[in-house]
Amino acid sequence: MTDSRHQALQAKVKKEMTGPTEQTRPGPTFTPAVDIFETAQEITLMADMPGVKAKDLDIDLRENVLTLSGKVASPEGPNEVDVLREYQTGTYFRQFSLSEVIDQAKIHAELKEGALRLRLPKVESATPRKITVKTE
Amino acid sequence: MILRRLTDWPTGHWRSPFEELERIRRKMDRLSEGLTGGLLRRPVAGVFPLVNVTEDSHRYYCRAELPGMKADDLDIAVTGNSLSIAGERKITDEDKNANYHRREREAGKFSRMISLSDQVDTAKAEARCVDGVLTVVLPKAESAKPRQITIKTS
Repeated sequence: MTDSRHQALQAKVKKEMTGPTEQTRPGPTFTPAVDIFETAQEITLMADMPGVKAKDLDIDLRENVLTLSGKVASPEGPNEVDVLREYQTGTYFRQFSLSEVIDQAKIHAELKEGALRLRLPKVESATPRKITVKTE
Repeated sequence: MILRRLTDWPTGHWRSPFEELERIRRKMDRLSEGLTGGLLRRPVAGVFPLVNVTEDSHRYYCRAELPGMKADDLDIAVTGNSLSIAGERKITDEDKNANYHRREREAGKFSRMISLSDQVDTAKAEARCVDGVLTVVLPKAESAKPRQITIKTS
């Protein structure tokens, strides 16, 4: 099997959100693709949110629920007519529940080229500390 | 006895009814596409990246969503009446001690040709990549622009 890095990228249709709660804003809402990984000191979340500017991105963390919400302005000008439309643009929204205790003051968010990198450092006491078991 | 024999039959016999249904379903899809003009069709295994092409009287605009792509990783070429977008999406490998809980983003090479119906002026084509959205502006060639024809009355 070829290394997955050398295979061509497959197009994926953006996942549209269907859930019990309806959005108050008009237009479709999508769930952004997200990578989450954890080290001993922090949890890092990378989300693909193309078309979202830093000022339109809303990151909220309360009661251990992390909410990402990004508004996307329709990029087309008023006189443009569709020739081919393969994807829709709309708001990005995703929520995660965090079990770890996060140090809220040190959360670091960076939005570059439509990719968000969110670093959530764990509270000192929550970083794992190995306890050696003494025999005898 | 005979009944047990039929159910034990490995695959051959039981697969074909569903294959037939699949074929019918595909034909129905194609039929409904014809009715709705194809715009509602979702490309499940389409070519990456998905692209929206719009036009106004002077230009074509091609937009693609390419999050995390820098201008250096992209290769855009315009010839006559087609546009090619190629590049590689790289995802930086993280710390070896990192534990992945979710891995939804994909990385890899991509390449796509989009053909346009009118001639474009390749010298004036412009591309910009802002916030992960690539916009290629292709001015139409003079011959393709609509020209108002005044009606002479005498």
